[in-house]
Amino acid sequence: MQLFVVNVLISMLWALLTGKVSVGSLTLGFVLGYFALTLLYPAEEEKKNSYFQKTMQVVRFALFFTKELVVSSWRVAIDVIKPLPLMRPGVIGIPIDAETDLEITMLANIISLTPGTLSLDVSKDRKTLYIHAMYVANPDDLRKEIKDGLERRLLELLR
Amino acid sequence: MIREILVSAFLLIGGLLSLVAVAGVLRLPDLFTRMHAATKTGTVGVSAITIGMMIHFGNITVTSRGVLVIAFFLLTAPVAAHMIGRAAYRSGVSLWILTRIDEWKTHGDLGEEDD
Repeated sequence: MQLFVVNVLISMLWALLTGKVSVGSLTLGFVLGYFALTLLYPAEEEKKNSYFQKTMQVVRFALFFTKELVVSSWRVAIDVIKPLPLMRPGVIGIPIDAETDLEITMLANIISLTPGTLSLDVSKDRKTLYIHAMYVANPDDLRKEIKDGLERRLLELLR
Repeated sequence: MIREILVSAFLLIGGLLSLVAVAGVLRLPDLFTRMHAATKTGTVGVSAITIGMMIHFGNITVTSRGVLVIAFFLLTAPVAAHMIGRAAYRSGVSLWILTRIDEWKTHGDLGEEDD
């Protein structure tokens, strides 16, 4: 957290020194500052430091999420245009490891955002999330895909 | 030049996706599949148009507002979709005839409404 503030300060300094405050210069300053900070820490300590770990996780999650979003929008779009839709929708329950309100909310939101899946409800014991999926070739495969992909990465990020 | 191509690409993709979203709402068979088309394809479409606009203007006021527009879209669209889907399912809107499986019904706890 402290390192994050330092990083933001570095990006502001960079913007001020280069003489133009814009999104581009602030982003560039932040990226440069990040690498400067990683240089200040020896490699072993870098792995332990939660700021560097979290940043890498956020970047990886953002890339993964964007990829999912694009790939599956494409799939839904194709299916809408096709004369005979090939989808096989279904309502399936996913056992979830997310426990707190925040984790469950984030997971449900992210599942709703990736095209092809829409979260419907959480069971009363908060162990199962019911989703409506557009392509259920095999319920177990889909369950595994969501648990190993989205949920694992999200929990890694939040915990 | 490159900027113009980028802007046009984003605007075109956004427009096409919004068109697909509308087509989806009209063509897909039941409420739940329609929600898929309306929320997600729509969200990505609007985001793409906003990104195109941010690249076109390229100054800090427009960009910061654009980022906020996308952020709020990503926050609100899934919540709305979730609420509509949940309410529809609970009030007994029937699923499409080719729906494969309904685990909520078979071993769910669609009991009394106490929340």
